Order: sequence, then C-alpha cells, then structure tokens
Amino acid sequence: MNLRPDLELLAGLIPAQSRVLDLGCSSGALLAHLMAAKNCRGTGVEIDPDAVLAAIAAGVPVIELDIDSELHDFADHSYDVVVLSRTIQTIHRPFEVLQEMGRIADRLIVSVPNFGYWRHRLRLLRGRMPMSREIPHAWYDTPNLRHTTLVELEELFDRLGLTVERRIVLSPAGTPLPSGNRFANVVAGSAVYALRSNHTD
Amino acid sequence: MAGSTQAGSVGLVNTQTVRLFGADVPLELAQGGTLGPVDVAYETYGTLSPAADNAVFVCHALTGDAHAAGFHEGAKRPGWWDNLIGPGKPLDTDRFFVVSANLIGGCQGSTGPSSTNPATGSAYGLDFPVLMMSDLVNVHRALMRHLGISRLLAALGGSLGGMQVLQWGLDHPDEIANALVIAASSRLTAQNIAFSAVARRAIMTDPNFADGRYAEAGVNPDTGLSIARMMAHITYLSEDALTEKFGRKPHPSRSHPGFGVDFAVESYLDHQGQVFLERFDALSYLYLTRVMDYFDAFASPDALAKISVHPVNWLVLSFASDWRFGTDHSRRIVRNLEHAGQPVTFREIPSAWGHDSFLLEVEPYHQTLRAFFDRALAEVTA
Repeated sequence: MNLRPDLELLAGLIPAQSRVLDLGCSSGALLAHLMAAKNCRGTGVEIDPDAVLAAIAAGVPVIELDIDSELHDFADHSYDVVVLSRTIQTIHRPFEVLQEMGRIADRLIVSVPNFGYWRHRLRLLRGRMPMSREIPHAWYDTPNLRHTTLVELEELFDRLGLTVERRIVLSPAGTPLPSGNRFANVVAGSAVYALRSNHTD
Repeated sequence: MAGSTQAGSVGLVNTQTVRLFGADVPLELAQGGTLGPVDVAYETYGTLSPAADNAVFVCHALTGDAHAAGFHEGAKRPGWWDNLIGPGKPLDTDRFFVVSANLIGGCQGSTGPSSTNPATGSAYGLDFPVLMMSDLVNVHRALMRHLGISRLLAALGGSLGGMQVLQWGLDHPDEIANALVIAASSRLTAQNIAFSAVARRAIMTDPNFADGRYAEAGVNPDTGLSIARMMAHITYLSEDALTEKFGRKPHPSRSHPGFGVDFAVESYLDHQGQVFLERFDALSYLYLTRVMDYFDAFASPDALAKISVHPVNWLVLSFASDWRFGTDHSRRIVRNLEHAGQPVTFREIPSAWGHDSFLLEVEPYHQTLRAFFDRALAEVTA
C-alpha cells in the first residue's frame, strides 16, 4: 500500500493494535493503512463531503462532525492515540481542541506547517504574506486561520500540560531533518509532534 | 433480469407468504405470552450467492409493506423503495440478494390484529398482544433462517425500519455484518410520543372503532384513521417542503372564506388521509406506533454487551431538515455505539424534504449508501 510520505511518518509513531481517532482524516488513508497493516481500530472525523465518501469507500469508519465544537461526543480516555494532521491551522479553537484531545487519549500526534520558516520571514520582510509549498494559498483564499511557529506551538503544548515526547522536524520538501537542530524554527517547513497528556486524575 | 419493465427495475415481482411459527411452536413474545400461527408476507430481489453471503434485509417503516421494489402485475407504481433497489442502483440486485418483509402487527399479508385469532375464530382486535421491537426482529430472524441465511451482509431500514436494525444489531450482532440505521431513533422523545398519542386517540374515539371489533360490525374508523395519517404526514415533511409544495395557494374551488378545503395544503392532507384508508388498518396503526413508543435501545445496562464482543459495522444517517427523528436522535445512537468501541460511520445528509427524505433519491444519500454497500460486498468477496 502506497502511503503518502507524511502519513507514513505518522503511522510509524502509532503502536500496533492501537485505537486511533484521526481528526481531519480526509479520505481515511492513514486509518486504512493502520487498520490493514498494524491491526489498529479507529474512527476518522471529517467534514468535507467528498472526503467522507472516499473514507466510507475505503472501509474507514468516519463521523461527520465539527472538530471545533463537537469533540465532547467522544468519551474520556476512549482512544489510545488522537491524530491531528495538518489541521490545527484550520480550526477556530486550537486551545480547546488540544485540550479535548488530551482528554480523549493519552497520546497525541500533531503535525503542523511552520509559519516561522525563513522564507516566510523573508516574504514578510518584503511586505508579503508567507507562501510556500507547505502554505500555498494566497491570504484571501487560505483555509488556514491560525498561524503559529514551532516555538509558539511548543509554548502552548506546555501550557496545556502536553509533554513533547518526540519532535520530527521536516524540510520544506518533507524530508526529516536531524533531530536537535537549534534552528528548527527557522529551517523547518513543518513538524510532527508525538505528545503525551499529563492527566491529573 | 427477465421480465424487467424498465431499465434499473427488478421488473415484475410477487409477494409470497410463509408460516414461520405454527400454533404448536408459537413465537415467544418479549412481554410474555405467545403468538401463533405467524404468517409473514415477503419479497426477494436478486439471487442469493452459493455462500449465502450477499443478503441484505430491508426493514420497513410504520406504514410500509413487503413490496419494496419492482412492479406487481398490472401496477403503475413500483414498490416503496424502488429508487434504491434494482440493477445498477445502490442496492444493486445484480450483486445483492434483497429480502423485504411485512411486519407482524401490520396489515399487508403478515399476521396482525386483523388476522383471525385461532382461539375465537374471529379477528384478534385488541386481544392481539402488544408487541415490542425485539418481537419484530425475531420474526425477521425466522424468515432469514427459512431462506437459508445464517448471517446478513447488511440490514437496512429508515425510521421504524432503522429501529428494527438497531435492535437486531444490538441483540444478535453475530447475524449482521453491516447495519444501516437511517432517520431513526434509539428512543422517542415526549414530543414524538405525543404525536402518536393524538393519532391513537383520533382512531379510538371514532365511534366506528367499536372497541376494535369494527370488522365484525362491518364498519371502519375512517375518520379517526385519516386524521391520524394527516397529522403524521405533517411531521414527515419539513416546513420548507410544505412551503415549496403549496405555500399559501388556495384550493382551486375556493370561492369565499369558509370552513371547507380552502387551501391547497388542506386538500393535499385530505387526499393523504383518504388514500391511506385503502391500504392501512386502524388496529395496525395502534400496535405499530406503540412498538415505537416503548422502544429504548440503550436502556438496559447490558444493551451494549453483545456488540462489545462482536462488533458490527454501523452506518447512521440523518437528514438536516428532519424534525421527526432529527440529527439529535441519530447522534445519540452514534454516541452510544462509538462509546462501545463500534466501527460507526455517521453523516447528516443535507436535504430539504424532512423525515421523508429517507425514501427519496437524494444524491449524497444514495452516494453514501452505494459506497457503504460496495465496500461491504468487497469485504466478503475479497
């Protein structure tokens, strides 16, 4: 099965036999792969009608609901892993959504485009909004509502009691960069975080 | 497909009847007591595969019948779910074997309150036992065994039909690989029960109801039954649908304001009430609405125990403009199933037509069913 490289990377972070909730699952490619190759079970959440149909055709259970306001339908600790892949920048309430994710599962996987990438900074210096392969949209038709750099995102994780267990920094072309890169916030086009939620209960 | 009368039709079909429970081995009822004999009217479309793994059971709603698809001899109108069932349709009879049965308690060929009570030799009337959802399901299961099917590829139903599917999946998950619960509810709200109560009161206070012995008296509670249907029909359509169909259009023969049929919508409801009398029985209306009132799928503390061991693939659908069993009803079903770890898919289908949408050819709805059925079949043929 040919999985998109970025999804392959996410799949590698998910243990076999996990119950996985994929928020913004698109056509269900990640879950279909996890179900077939890693004996996982799972549910996708998606709002785009064509993507939902594709997920159904792929045999992926998918629930149409609004990630911003309806995650309360999922019970506490009801999944092993919750995935939010390239979606956080499109939601209205990332703070609450991350909080809900930490309630639903102990392990979180979040992938984000990095608005702090140096080419974005350069464009801003030249008086233009950031655009790149990772963020290809003009300001007036972008689905991206919340722009964050890796540094600021990590501050939010910390505030929410989410511990970064692993961070994979990717070049703008999507290839992993060496870990421990001091200039990640400048050179990364995107990043994938494996997080653990620290429950007080 | 010999005998097809048009492209995509299953063609000419017949309703068959089978005795599934005799007087000697009667149906054991949920409320205690027994019912026997039990005859069931049913139709089938398509061909059962040699492995008997392509069977889809269609459960009908309150006033449906076994005739879901194709044409009866001489009929101009096809079965009630003909837009879904047929060659090349989402429930493709070239690939699936489809079974549709009339409910017991009903009046279109299966044993119901108007059937002869073997103890008295006359119609049961109100001596017919009160039925519960699981009784309806147990009769479906007996038909399935009669047809040589031990496990359904899918069970499918809208409204009361979806409730049967839900009960069936929860109680016997080993018998259903895929369960499609459409525009249904896991339990009626007070408002839902209230509508049914008014309908029943209209029927039972009609002087011609005669304590349920109207057939012997040679009369029929026409007024009560047609009022029940008129009111129910309002709840099946959205306000927008009624506005689009009729608006405030006057009835063509209106001359001056009075208390006749002055508006087009009144004439429409009148017509719905009248044609209903030709095909439905007042006692069946009482019995089947009561089945819905008492239905509470997740009430028992061990309601989810069986599916936790034996998961079913669920598809739950609601329609945006349905105010009879709207999205909240479906979302409650989804929540319960999802919390039990079930693979469950849910969509709210955009449709302006209200509860009746489940019977219509709404494109995203039929696309969803097609995708779900195709995937279900691919899994067994893989």
